Amino acid sequence: MSATAPRLARLAALAAGADADANSEADPDPEPGPGPGPEADRGPGPGPGPDPAHRPTLLADRPDATLVRCGRVVAKAHAPDCDPDRLAVRLRIAAHPALHGILLPPLPLPPLPSPPAAGSDGLLHLLPDGRPATRWPYGLPVSPDVPDAAPWEETARLLARLHTVAPARLPGPVPPMRGPAKAARALARMRAATTRPAPGAAPPTSALRCAAATVERAWTRLPPWARDAAPPPRATALCHGDLHLGQLVRHPVPDGSWFLIDIDDLGLGDPAWDLARPAAWFATGLLAPAVWSRFLGAYRAAGGPAVRPGGDPWPELDTPARALTVQTAALAVAKAVAEGRPLDEDEWAVVDACGRMACAGTELADRSEP
Amino acid sequence: MHCPKCHAPMQTYNRNGVQIEQCAGCRGIFLDYGELEALSRMETQWAQQAPPPPPGPQAYPSAPAWGAPHQGHYGHHGHHGRHGQRGFGRMLFSS
Repeated sequence: MSATAPRLARLAALAAGADADANSEADPDPEPGPGPGPEADRGPGPGPGPDPAHRPTLLADRPDATLVRCGRVVAKAHAPDCDPDRLAVRLRIAAHPALHGILLPPLPLPPLPSPPAAGSDGLLHLLPDGRPATRWPYGLPVSPDVPDAAPWEETARLLARLHTVAPARLPGPVPPMRGPAKAARALARMRAATTRPAPGAAPPTSALRCAAATVERAWTRLPPWARDAAPPPRATALCHGDLHLGQLVRHPVPDGSWFLIDIDDLGLGDPAWDLARPAAWFATGLLAPAVWSRFLGAYRAAGGPAVRPGGDPWPELDTPARALTVQTAALAVAKAVAEGRPLDEDEWAVVDACGRMACAGTELADRSEP
Repeated sequence: MHCPKCHAPMQTYNRNGVQIEQCAGCRGIFLDYGELEALSRMETQWAQQAPPPPPGPQAYPSAPAWGAPHQGHYGHHGHHGRHGQRGFGRMLFSS
């Protein structure tokens, strides 16, 4: 468990903080206890305290993020290795009027014993353990239980608007979009899991070793920029960098407008990267062709610049969609090894796609690379 | 006029200004001198003027060579909406 009690307590205080007006009966000394507990769900749980609706609730606790909600506010502890200076610029971009209605804007920090991080316009706080922390309005996420309600068209239109924001208008220097860096990190994680299993963990099965080799072959076939080994050929658009259905919320709850959230990977890059995950889901058979067509059609109708306005979009999508398929497969293999389980059907679908990439005659120019 | 093949009476039709005789019995067609050329010319002109057929809304979207042969179990209404124990595409909600 990566979250420690002090960090959770600090996040809870940050969330409750200056929102005391909104969260009028907030516990003056929120103490969520040593762990997430069984009530760690997306809604306010029952329990003791003056107002159950404002008890701190752990929304997520992953190595790259810890999220604590208190009423209408969410406090986020970002990844330990995140660059606070770049995060500060990303926060100022999210708060900038050019992103109004596209990115959920951060909330100002409440008065705290230590001043906000420099260059963040009062939006970024460094926790005692060094992790940067931020405050956000709570938004309603996409329900995994209602596939038909997933906002594909709204997502496409938000991306088209994001990609057409003029970077020169934004606070700077605008950092690079981190998509390729995350793909490279996923490969590193898979290599670590398969070659150096955690103490006590079972060594990977032959099926998983075979899957890892397939993923590696597909990775080497990608051009250097998609492996974070060279600058991207086009980095003219502001990109989200990590688009999936968990990156959308409605605000205000329950039926406000849809917004993009999570700015940790935001930056200048190839906007096709943001379309490439839905494209990869379609290509690997996880997403129905009709849904992919709706998404792509809405993006084009909104004037999005990532792909040509009509005809085959794959000349632009192919490289990032392959990179994200390889990334997804690498993380699946890493998790399966760590959990001592086989790949499930969806995970095999992604690994199989990597196998077909290694056979397809694409990117011949890169074939000679190590 | 009677059909030279089956001797049934022939009926006259007008096709874009070209008189065509068709046999009421064997459905054979008789063309006067130059009428075949006139029809060919009109066919060529039509082919040049006609726009390419627009892709219909039901057209299958283009896919990469490395794509899966059978695509899309999420997004179908009803029978495939939930997939095993995992619900609606766990992968669709994570990095």
